[in-house]
Amino acid sequence: MSRTIIEKLWDSHVVQEQPGAPALLYIDLHLVHEVTSPQAFQDLRERGLKVRRPDLTIATADHSIPTTDRSLPIVDEIAARQLAQLEANCAEFGIRCLGVHSDRQGIVHVIGPELGLTQPGMTVVCGDSHTATHGAFGALAFGIGTSEVENVLATQCLLQRRSKTYQVKVDGQLAPGVTAKDIILALIARVGIGGGTGSVFEYTGSTIRGLGMEERMTVCNMSIEAGARAGLVAPDDTTFEYLCGRPHAPKGAAWDEALARWRQLPTDAGASYDQSITIDGAALEPMITYGTNPGMGVPIGAPVPEPSRMADPIGRESVAKALAYMGLQGGRPVLGLPVDVVFIGSCTNSRISDLRAAAAILKGRKVNPKTRVLVVPGSQEIKRQAIAEGLPEIFRAAGCEWREPGCSMCIAMNGDQLSPGQYSVSTSNRNFEGRQGKGARTFLASPLTAAASAITGVVTDVRTLL
Amino acid sequence: MKPFTDFESRIVPLAINNIDTDQIIPARFLKTVSKQGLDKQLFCDWRYDAAGAPRPEFILNQERVRGAQVLLAGDNFGCGSSREHAPWALTQFGFRAVVSTSFADIFKQNSLKNSLLPIVVPPDVHAELFAAVAADPDAKVKIDLPRQTLTTPGGRTVEFPIDSFSKHCLLNGVDELGYIMQQEAAIAGYEAARVGSIDTRG
Repeated sequence: MSRTIIEKLWDSHVVQEQPGAPALLYIDLHLVHEVTSPQAFQDLRERGLKVRRPDLTIATADHSIPTTDRSLPIVDEIAARQLAQLEANCAEFGIRCLGVHSDRQGIVHVIGPELGLTQPGMTVVCGDSHTATHGAFGALAFGIGTSEVENVLATQCLLQRRSKTYQVKVDGQLAPGVTAKDIILALIARVGIGGGTGSVFEYTGSTIRGLGMEERMTVCNMSIEAGARAGLVAPDDTTFEYLCGRPHAPKGAAWDEALARWRQLPTDAGASYDQSITIDGAALEPMITYGTNPGMGVPIGAPVPEPSRMADPIGRESVAKALAYMGLQGGRPVLGLPVDVVFIGSCTNSRISDLRAAAAILKGRKVNPKTRVLVVPGSQEIKRQAIAEGLPEIFRAAGCEWREPGCSMCIAMNGDQLSPGQYSVSTSNRNFEGRQGKGARTFLASPLTAAASAITGVVTDVRTLL
Repeated sequence: MKPFTDFESRIVPLAINNIDTDQIIPARFLKTVSKQGLDKQLFCDWRYDAAGAPRPEFILNQERVRGAQVLLAGDNFGCGSSREHAPWALTQFGFRAVVSTSFADIFKQNSLKNSLLPIVVPPDVHAELFAAVAADPDAKVKIDLPRQTLTTPGGRTVEFPIDSFSKHCLLNGVDELGYIMQQEAAIAGYEAARVGSIDTRG
């Protein structure tokens, strides 16, 4: 029978299904970070349990780690304690930890792929909702809570219910200035932030096929922002070329065997999805969010909605509340509004291609003196690569801050944050109230839009600078 | 996990759609290594002003909600991050159920593991509950998990969906990890047949 890749991944990982219970699903790769794991390790300790498969588990420090000079002590004592706890837990339970001083440290969803740990056909979990990033490789990758982190540490398994299959087909050639980030922001604006609830997205179509691996990761990363359990792209030669030669990718005969298996993964001809949507990639424009969830997005020149014209009372109230928080007026565009801070980074847009895109706009130009710009590479490896390409010099010459890797201002746990009322153009994934600091106001956009806005100091359509 | 029992409670209304986990508990409180002490941080940035004083207009600061165990929220409650700190904070504050038209997947799963019952009701019941609590702040709902029913203040009893396994775990206080560990033989058998594994350590 014809199956989608989503069904193939599911079927090949079901350990057992008992009547009246969810399926027991095997997990091939478990990524761990400092924020959602300490309580799980503590419970293991109290129950006298071990980590079943340390060889399928890896940890890094990303959420609460400062992005300042790593040779200095960490000022925030609570964060320092949490980071030390991660290293202690990993040492005690035999897990490799790419901690604060590791030369492989980075955002958890950046290091998995770059080490070649994330591979097609896998199930990947992490106590982090942006785990869908790894779906770019044709893996079933999803975020879990701390209780489930503990379950996976102890048993390498999870109790799961089968999700619905949802095809997101994007066809056509992207216009100049339009990026992977704009594809996913447009999708979320269209289906809403609950539109994918209960489903796994498979991104298909010529636009998706034409994206590089880092761009596919950007798209898959924000699947959760449409409520989807996961999002993935079937593996192809682009995937295999990216993986080949990476530290943990199979080598020699094992590579050939893996390749043969991976080529069986794509959705069979004739397989059907529970739901499908088609997006015209050629018609997309650079997108920007105006509100307090990632679904509140518009093409960059378009006016934001007018709440008084909305029918549903709670929906109207929610948009009015969002606009009030953002200090915006319904019916007007955000284009041209002043920007206090530009953040280029996060598990969505901190990879080398993102930095190159931003640098291409910033090269030979100056950041507006009223705007602070933070550029935060996703990992130590990306930092090294950026240095080799001379990108930090471009950023510094333009007036940007070039910082150490971590989640940074995406989640604002580490001291990198906006002041109340400030506006940012941010390449991260969430614009929730207070996400980038108490009272912070976030416009989500692509690295190109972020770099363009950094130069002008106002929300800017990058196409005017190309 | 303690067994989940039937109860009757007043309702705390929060008529906002898409309440995300960053509102339920802001990220800056996730630097803790403990599960405890999160009740004070629940809805922190809606509950307290810049100086840290309670905002009297916010419902959780009002006398009428003291002892209430049911949160009534807009559509798609709990969207956003996977932080289990969200249900920890809600249960530590005293909530035992959240009623909405829909829940985000990860939040729902996290809640079920922490004896917090996510109750999905149709839009008409949802609207009836908001109207009832607007008319009478002391209006109460009854929650009966064995029968999977919610009884509105107006006396209308409606069924809500819950999968049989989650219901069994809630009613009997079943620990999911313990259940998985009973399947050790199946797990070992699956592992023995796996091909193409990685080693994160090498």
